[in-house]
Amino acid sequence: MIGTVTATDLRPRRSWRRVKSSIMTCLMGAALVAIVIPLAAVLWALFDKGAGVAFRSFPDFFTAEIPVVSRRAGPGMGPAIVGTLLVTTGAALLAVPLGILGAVYLHEYGRGSRFAGLVRFMAMVMTGVPSIVMGLFVYVIWTMRFGYSAFGGSLGLACLMLPIVIGSTEQMLRLVPNPLREASYALGASKARTILTIVLPAASPGIVSGCLLAIARAAGETAPLLFTVGAASAYNPHLFEEANTALSAQIFGNATASFVAAQDRAWGAALTLVMLTFVATLAARLLFSRKRSA
Amino acid sequence: MAIDLRGKRAHADTAFRWLAFASAAIVLLVLALIALTMAGRAVPVLDRMGLEFFTSRRWSPADGRFGALPFLWGTLYTAAIAVALAVPVSLGVALFVTQVAPRWLRAPIVYLLDLLAVVPSVVFGLWGVMVLSQHFGLGRSFLTAGVILAIMITPIITSLAREVIETTPESEKEAALALGATRWEMIVGAVWPHSKAGLVGATMLGLGRAMGETIAAALVIGSSLGQVTLDAFAPGNSMPAVIANEWGEADELHKSALIALAVTLFVITIVVNMGARAIVERSKR
Repeated sequence: MIGTVTATDLRPRRSWRRVKSSIMTCLMGAALVAIVIPLAAVLWALFDKGAGVAFRSFPDFFTAEIPVVSRRAGPGMGPAIVGTLLVTTGAALLAVPLGILGAVYLHEYGRGSRFAGLVRFMAMVMTGVPSIVMGLFVYVIWTMRFGYSAFGGSLGLACLMLPIVIGSTEQMLRLVPNPLREASYALGASKARTILTIVLPAASPGIVSGCLLAIARAAGETAPLLFTVGAASAYNPHLFEEANTALSAQIFGNATASFVAAQDRAWGAALTLVMLTFVATLAARLLFSRKRSA
Repeated sequence: MAIDLRGKRAHADTAFRWLAFASAAIVLLVLALIALTMAGRAVPVLDRMGLEFFTSRRWSPADGRFGALPFLWGTLYTAAIAVALAVPVSLGVALFVTQVAPRWLRAPIVYLLDLLAVVPSVVFGLWGVMVLSQHFGLGRSFLTAGVILAIMITPIITSLAREVIETTPESEKEAALALGATRWEMIVGAVWPHSKAGLVGATMLGLGRAMGETIAAALVIGSSLGQVTLDAFAPGNSMPAVIANEWGEADELHKSALIALAVTLFVITIVVNMGARAIVERSKR
């Protein structure tokens, strides 16, 4: 009697195989929880310990100078905020144009060539070079000759950003459909003109998004700044002159201080830094998702 | 006339091509410069210590003795702890995103990983030293450093694992399901054989990241001298942490020793990364 064989016979409900599969699925869900916990814990600690310090007498914390004596209580991360913006802007001005041009070469000119393959591979490897190595490298080639300045930090961060910008830009160039390029050539445009007026604008939301992510990453880096930027507690808006400071360097310096006032400032600075990087990340995501849906 | 115009344009065209070429070449230039300039600065200490630099446990800058073995050990040990903790979690999340999560949930999870990746190292360090090490009884130790590093390398391992897993042909997954396989059997039978190699590469990449991570480790590892032990609760030290912590008070020979540490770190991470990237790229094809 063929008709008596039912579906439930073939797939018994309590079979060990199905239970095992469910267990494994639950474990995967648990892994997700395992990454949410530390993120939530860090953010909670930041708001718990940092918000009070940073917003108590708004906007003092963001504008006042850093106390010279670190055990003294009181606000002040203004110079560090300016320093972070300065160092990061300098790095972006170096790394973004070079990175985009490099990616243009890899995808538009050197596609398939051995040189492009080598550069592409080494750029990926370069993303794994520790930031502290970049910092010492800049110390050796720049700071030893020209002394501390925000620009030294920019050089270090630019070394970190360059391969990230190259990688993300090349990925975006890959998404630009070939018929666009061909249409441009058919109208008599040269290759350079095609790239500058057709290909790059078409890929621009993705490129900007990738660059913003790279900038957000770089803004939080500390190691490349330790040997190159020096230390300062007053405003220094000059990119090439005199020692400077940055939020990340201030957090590092204050984190192990035994004075509560200094620790408080570290938390306030950390909250500020995370807000800056999250805003950049958010902007990057929004930009790119808008492009995708369009 | 036409020839003139084309000539001009070709000129600008070639110039742009060379500009782009030079920009791409900068990657190779920087890597070569790092190796050359820093190796030069490391010579004095290697001259003095010879191979003992890598085998001696005694690091005492005041006497001009530099033995980096404890830092080599600490770097490898903390990175190993970090990878052991991060790989199962990363794999779980990557599988969850690609095989389990409904489509609408994928973007938010990826977004979450982005945020985790963008939290600065120094903020994790601050949290580690003020919260994790004080309220969870871990102290400043190899283990604390390993845990913090694990949190930091999870996003990169996850995103690579996801890329690798996504290259599994849809037809093979469907074939497994059509044969009556459960979801887990489908993962073991179809996804795993395809992504095995790539996942090894992703793990190696995480290892490289963990070894080079400086600031968080410098804050929570404990900065001991001469500690070569398997005891995860002991205070330790790692190459990048020593560089960050000691640079400020270092004299010339000491600086040379720290640069020699950086060169060692550079060589190790470059080798690990080249291996890892080669594996990942091959398995994505």
